[in-house]
Amino acid sequence: MVEKPIISAAEAAAKINEGDVVMVGGFMASGSPHSVIEALKAKGTKNMVLVCNDCGVHNLKTGQQTGVAHLVVDKAFKKVIVSHIGLNQEIQRQMNAGETEVQLVPQGTLAEQIRAFGAGLGGFLTPTGVGTEVQDGKQVINVNNKPYLLEVGLGGDVALIKAKKGDKAGNLVYAGNARNFNTLMATANTTVIAEVEELVEVGEIDPNEVQTPSIFVDFIVKATRLEQ
Amino acid sequence: MEYVANKENIAKRIARMFHNGDVVNLGIGLPTLVGNYVPEDVTIILQSENGMMGLGPAPAPENVDWDVVNAGGSPVTCLTGGCFFDSATSFGIIRGGHVDYTVLGVLEVDQQGNLANYKVPGKMVPGMGGAMDLVSGARVVIAATLHFEPSGASRMKRHCTLPLTAAHEVNFVVTDLGLFEVMGDRFHLKEVFAPYTPEYVKENTQADIVVDTDCRVIEL
Repeated sequence: MVEKPIISAAEAAAKINEGDVVMVGGFMASGSPHSVIEALKAKGTKNMVLVCNDCGVHNLKTGQQTGVAHLVVDKAFKKVIVSHIGLNQEIQRQMNAGETEVQLVPQGTLAEQIRAFGAGLGGFLTPTGVGTEVQDGKQVINVNNKPYLLEVGLGGDVALIKAKKGDKAGNLVYAGNARNFNTLMATANTTVIAEVEELVEVGEIDPNEVQTPSIFVDFIVKATRLEQ
Repeated sequence: MEYVANKENIAKRIARMFHNGDVVNLGIGLPTLVGNYVPEDVTIILQSENGMMGLGPAPAPENVDWDVVNAGGSPVTCLTGGCFFDSATSFGIIRGGHVDYTVLGVLEVDQQGNLANYKVPGKMVPGMGGAMDLVSGARVVIAATLHFEPSGASRMKRHCTLPLTAAHEVNFVVTDLGLFEVMGDRFHLKEVFAPYTPEYVKENTQADIVVDTDCRVIEL
């Protein structure tokens, strides 16, 4: 099995350019690649587009920040495509001040858009959002007299994902519901960088337990930092 | 009659709506309280949209695992027999009609079954998260809300004014005054919670209420 380059978090950050569409796994920072996020913050890349479930937690009163909130606070993104921003007061402030564009997408639609792109599909029909603002500008298609919205696939330049364990070929295993968007994002980006808590030799992961097949992963980073 | 807000009564009543084996998704906040009042002889399976079936209570502080969290990002446990899945599978379960009940909080709910809970333009925009998918896909949609806004207006309306989370999807509304079914563009009062009366509910709700002929008074 071909082994993938094992790089540092800083080397991973160096692969991300201004203007890139960057997909970051995790749900309220559970299952986010915290080491690469920290390195990307240190590098200071701006004008990226974020695709993520949410913007992490940023409490303006307590100063608490988690996950991608560390990047959002630096205005690293010109646009964020997310399902929820309720726990990040800073992105709400940036949105209301016109500093950052926020595109809100229903969570299931966002997940399926990424899955569809990675699976070679142009899009899909969903009942979610019919009769709401989400319908604006979209084609409505009736199937068996029920209306559906045509939603198109969504791909990106770089996926930053996080797994509990990976082998040197890039086979990945996740823990708990920290899997969330990580498996989907691995399939829908030009470059996929997987941060792993535990790095093992090829053959040490039972093939039956692999959740992201190695072929999707381009680079591996050994996690140096976890976050709660 | 003086109104005293009572979230527990809302949670208690909703908890009695479930049957053994029902798959239920409880929203963050008030709906989460419902889990505390499920009768002992009823076992429901809680689904969490971030990828878990069999959501259990919060762990003791020394047992916290940050890879097992609820949809609010707080640590929880996975009950024996539970399982994990990715977000696409999770929303396949939700949209595919495999969730029996979804219980959500609302900012407004109207008598056409429209629900608004994700956006107050220019003020508060938390985002819809998984709510739009849940309301479109779940077999039964229950709106759980205190009857009144802080201003004193009822959250039950003739027409929602805020951006909708979903159109014509709400089946039941449970407030601290009573249980309502949405039918034929009206709220049908099925149960009123003591000490309130159907007359009190009608007088204090800015919507069209039909009091069912078999409307019961319930002590919670």
